[in-house]
Amino acid sequence: MFNASISPNDILFMLRGAGVTLLLTFWAVLGGTLLGVAFGLLRATAPGWPSYALGTLLDVFRSVPLLIQLILATAFAPIAGLDWQPFTVACLVLAVYASAYCTEIVRGSILAVPLSTRRAARSLGLTWWDDLTVIVFPIALRVGLPSWMNLALGLMKDSALVLWLGIIELLRSSQIVVTRTQEPLLVLMIAGTIYFLISFPIARLGTWFETRWQVHD
Amino acid sequence: MLAGCIVTIEVAVLSIIIGIAFGVLLALARMGRKDVWSWVANAWIEVARNTPALFQIYLAYFGLGSLGLHISSFLALLAGITFNNAGYLAETFRGGLRAIPGTQIRAARSLGMTAGQGFRLVVLPQLIRVVYYPITNQMILAVLMTALGLTVGLDSDLAGVTQRFNVLTYRTFEYFSVAAVLYYLVAKILLAAARLLAFRLFRY
Repeated sequence: MFNASISPNDILFMLRGAGVTLLLTFWAVLGGTLLGVAFGLLRATAPGWPSYALGTLLDVFRSVPLLIQLILATAFAPIAGLDWQPFTVACLVLAVYASAYCTEIVRGSILAVPLSTRRAARSLGLTWWDDLTVIVFPIALRVGLPSWMNLALGLMKDSALVLWLGIIELLRSSQIVVTRTQEPLLVLMIAGTIYFLISFPIARLGTWFETRWQVHD
Repeated sequence: MLAGCIVTIEVAVLSIIIGIAFGVLLALARMGRKDVWSWVANAWIEVARNTPALFQIYLAYFGLGSLGLHISSFLALLAGITFNNAGYLAETFRGGLRAIPGTQIRAARSLGMTAGQGFRLVVLPQLIRVVYYPITNQMILAVLMTALGLTVGLDSDLAGVTQRFNVLTYRTFEYFSVAAVLYYLVAKILLAAARLLAFRLFRY
């Protein structure tokens, strides 16, 4: 099985697929983080029902399989009269999906900052915005960063699902190579190695941050 | 489609139960002596955590085929999800076992308990409490992962049944909306059941 006719071009093709995977991950993480920080701030500070309503709404995105969300969004885009590429739809769905998780991370991190610290900041004359950017943000960052990195890695892995929409990312490109060479195990192992090489160092970095930035109190 | 829900729950629950069994073994192997088993456990956990679940299912479905081992899409889905669950749960158990100080086991032994009794009466009750919520989380994730069976041609679970109707009628949005609602309900009902069980189990 290991003397298959896999040419350098096949590997190059799969690496290009890996590039698409990374691009998807980048947009999803960017959009998800921006939305997540905004929503998380709202959820941590807004009182009563707006916070709960947002929480329930975002919970839906965490309780429905991502594959179903992707299929629904692709089916919905033409119904709404939007002429979008599958790539755009996939990025949007992944970003919203990411924001649902990111919101909870941000909310948890902000709530981990003791209220007395924030009151002290305000009583020293800092404005609400100063308090948020200079006091809350640095403390919340070290609480939330490891989970955020886990989320980014999870997205990288979840982005494999977009192959159902016909986008040629890493896993899909490996499927195409498989249909040509008829060597599923070998090709899939190469794809797995690429995923592993992307994911493992970042995962280790996350653990390192976690121990390095541990909150001592 | 309701029959599909049953298959979905079936796969999720089975994968969690087998996943727990493997997860405990992996955690113990990883924490134990440095031998070939700890190496295998390490490799399993890192691969399960650092590659997509869909990749793992593909490996079971297409990859094992080239070794001459042809399994049904149901088994491939179950194997893929179980492999994934075991990897994540092993880390949960490792964290849980770490949270129990070794002095407690020594105290139990010095009170005259055997090693088995010490584990069963002192460690286990605490371990279950620590790992219970992570396991329920993983169970919900397993329910969501079963939708991936669609990509290996499984047509009896919720996503598969939906796709079958979709191919017959081309009413993609309508059918998958119903599927989304059903997945939401299944996830919420399982979560409620787990919470109820926790309330009953951890009263003391």
